[in-house]
Order: sequence, then C-alpha cells, then structure tokens
Amino acid sequence: MLTIREYVRPQTLEEAYTLCQKKSSVVLGGMLWLRMQNSQVGTAIDLCELGLNHIEETPDDYVIGTMVSLRQLEQHPGLAALTQGAMAEAVKHIVGVQFRNLATVGGSLYGRFGFSDVLTLFLALDARVELYHAGMMSLADFIGMPRQQRDILVRVYLPRAPRRVVYLSQRNSATDFPTLTCAIARQNGQTCCVIGARPMRAMAFDDEKGLLAAGVNETSAAAFAKDLAARVPLGSNLRAGEEYRRLACEALVRRGLVQMEGC
Amino acid sequence: MEIKLNLNGRAITAQADPDTLLLDFVRAQGCVSVKRGCDTANCGLCTVLLDGVPVLSCSVLAARADGHSVQTLEGLQSEAEEFVTFIADQGADQCGFCNPGFVMNTIALLRENPDPTDEEIRAYLAGNLCRCSGYDGQLRGIRAYLNSKKEQGGARDGAEK
Repeated sequence: MLTIREYVRPQTLEEAYTLCQKKSSVVLGGMLWLRMQNSQVGTAIDLCELGLNHIEETPDDYVIGTMVSLRQLEQHPGLAALTQGAMAEAVKHIVGVQFRNLATVGGSLYGRFGFSDVLTLFLALDARVELYHAGMMSLADFIGMPRQQRDILVRVYLPRAPRRVVYLSQRNSATDFPTLTCAIARQNGQTCCVIGARPMRAMAFDDEKGLLAAGVNETSAAAFAKDLAARVPLGSNLRAGEEYRRLACEALVRRGLVQMEGC
Repeated sequence: MEIKLNLNGRAITAQADPDTLLLDFVRAQGCVSVKRGCDTANCGLCTVLLDGVPVLSCSVLAARADGHSVQTLEGLQSEAEEFVTFIADQGADQCGFCNPGFVMNTIALLRENPDPTDEEIRAYLAGNLCRCSGYDGQLRGIRAYLNSKKEQGGARDGAEK
C-alpha cells in the first residue's frame, strides 16, 4: 500500500529540486506505477503548477514538458506528422484513454522501465532530456545514469529533422504490457533500430554491417532483421521467453522496415 | 489537508489525508456510482471526468484534484440518459458492475468525437473491462444510439424543408 505523509505543489523548480533531495521524497508523474508500489512516501512532489504540461515548437525541436500526458502525445498533429503516426501507435495500446490522460512523459522516461513503449520510440527519435541539475543530455546517456541520482526531468526535446519512422509492438493481449517493442528511424541513409521490453530497458542498434546501405527492400530488411535478432540481448519473464522474443524481434524488425519504406 | 473542488457543479470543501484517493473522496461525498474495481488502473470502473477529461480516480490523489472540477455519473444523468437505454436494449449491461465506468467514458468519447466509427469506439473504450458481455453489446448499443440520432436529424431536416 502506498502512504504519503505530505503533499506539496512547488512553485519553482528549485523548490522541487530541494525537496526531492530527501530520500523519502518522490516526484509524482501520473502516479500510475507509484500507486502500485508498497512504499511510504515522506513528501509527494507534484509538478502540476510549473507549466510543464505543454508541447512547444522551436525551429529545431518539439519541446515536451515533463507533465505532458501520453494522450497529448497521441493527439498532437505535429508529432503525428513528424513520426508518420508512430507516436500514436506507440502509446495507443497502453491500457486506455483514461490511463493515458494520467500517465506523463516524465514518469514514463524517468522510471526507465523495461516495458516502456515511450522510451523505445523516443530513443529512436534521438531525444534529449533536460534535467534541472544535470542539464541537457541525450536520452541514451540519461538511461545509463544511476537511479540513485536525484534530479528532476524538466523537458524532453525531439529533433524536428525529417526522418522515416515506424513503431511496432507485440502483446499477449490488447492493453497489456508489451512482450517486445520495436522502433525504427531512418535518416540520410542511416538506420537506428531500438528494441524494448527485452524485457530489460530499450537498446538502440545501428546498421553496423551496412546491410541496409544499398537501400531497404524485402531482402535487405530480412537480412538486417536476422542479424539484429541474433545479437540483441534478450531475456525471459512471465510474459514471454527469450526464444519467443528472438523470433518476435526478427519478425517485427523485418515488418517494420518493409512498412517504413513501403516496399 | 483541506481540499476544495467543484463536484458535479457543487463547491465542496472537505478534509482529506495527503494519500486519500479521489475515488474514496468522491464516494465519501455520496458519489457511489464511482466504484473500486481492479484497483490497479486497468479496468476503467472508477472513471470520473477531471476538468472534463476522463481519468481513473483510483490513481489520482484527492489533493491533486484540489482546485479542479470533478464530474461523476451522479452529475451527468441527463447526458447519460440519452444513450443508456440503447445499451440496455442490447443486453449489454448484464451484471451492470462495469456500467458506470462505461457510461462515463462513452460520455467523454461522444463529447470529443460526436460521430465515431466502430473502430474509434472500440479504441476509446479499450480501457473499460467487462467480464460478462464480450463488448459487442456495448458497441451495438452506442451504434444504435448514433444511428437513431442521425435518423432524428434527417427527419428534422426533412420537416424543416
């Protein structure tokens, strides 16, 4: 059972950061995962009054506040155009509309959850994160940081540079956690393929062997998928075994590439 | 701590603990249509509208709703009455336990998208679990309601001409 001794709405990021240095403090995201935990929270820090629930556009990036909901991501026309619909595809299987109205981008990324659809897609999109204390860094660097480091994820930056994007996932049943997630982005002939729900957190892979260098077609997609499925570290949990994930990985990567290029 | 919010059009001021859930808060205020189902943010039974947006009240702190507007089925009877008979006509409310959540989320759907396709209805209501009906009854009921509205609109247009 979750218990909370004190609930606070900081008026500044500095105040929130100071409060969250205490080990018993927790920054609230959508509270959906936190709610499932059996823990005693000293101070629950709600960032709801810091104006971080908007998606803004700069010439180079979409700037996503940490309190933006997954439903906002799903419905944003700019993000839909940028990702050719992959943004909505990545979040629409997450439980239901009511859940996605609560779940936040910050909560999804800060937790660095293995099952995260959002983490998988944002890694493929070359996202950068802005932490209040540690500053700007790539999402890839952030997920490698020790969890003990207490900081506040303020905003996420998605580059607006055009790229081809596709997102696919495999689930045992609709609205369940994924058994495997796959996001592929292709820009200037370079392919980045991210595999998540391995069941460990998502990992990005490049086309190191140049299997797609001459272009994406059914044959090169199949070769890349086979190569990637053989080298991606996978594991087993209650939802799927390692062998199943490896087969699913090859299928998702091949299908994703073919779908992305329309070949 | 003191919580002030607007519940179904009424200004409410009440004391609550920092970890009181909105679900328990609104039930204590007499809104017992809001039910605790799975208690894991999966079933949709506890759906309320927070500032007009459907959310799971089992996963929202009452403190977070402070200063906001909350609507439950008790405050949306007339809006619900328009379509619930169509759902009942399809036998979709068998044990009826999931109904309040379904109705609340259907209200949210029709406000957001007054003319949804079957696929859009299924997608919007995916977070509402029912263990009796298999969902087709709810879909048929909503479709029958939408068709009826269109027929009425057509008849009215004809009469105006």
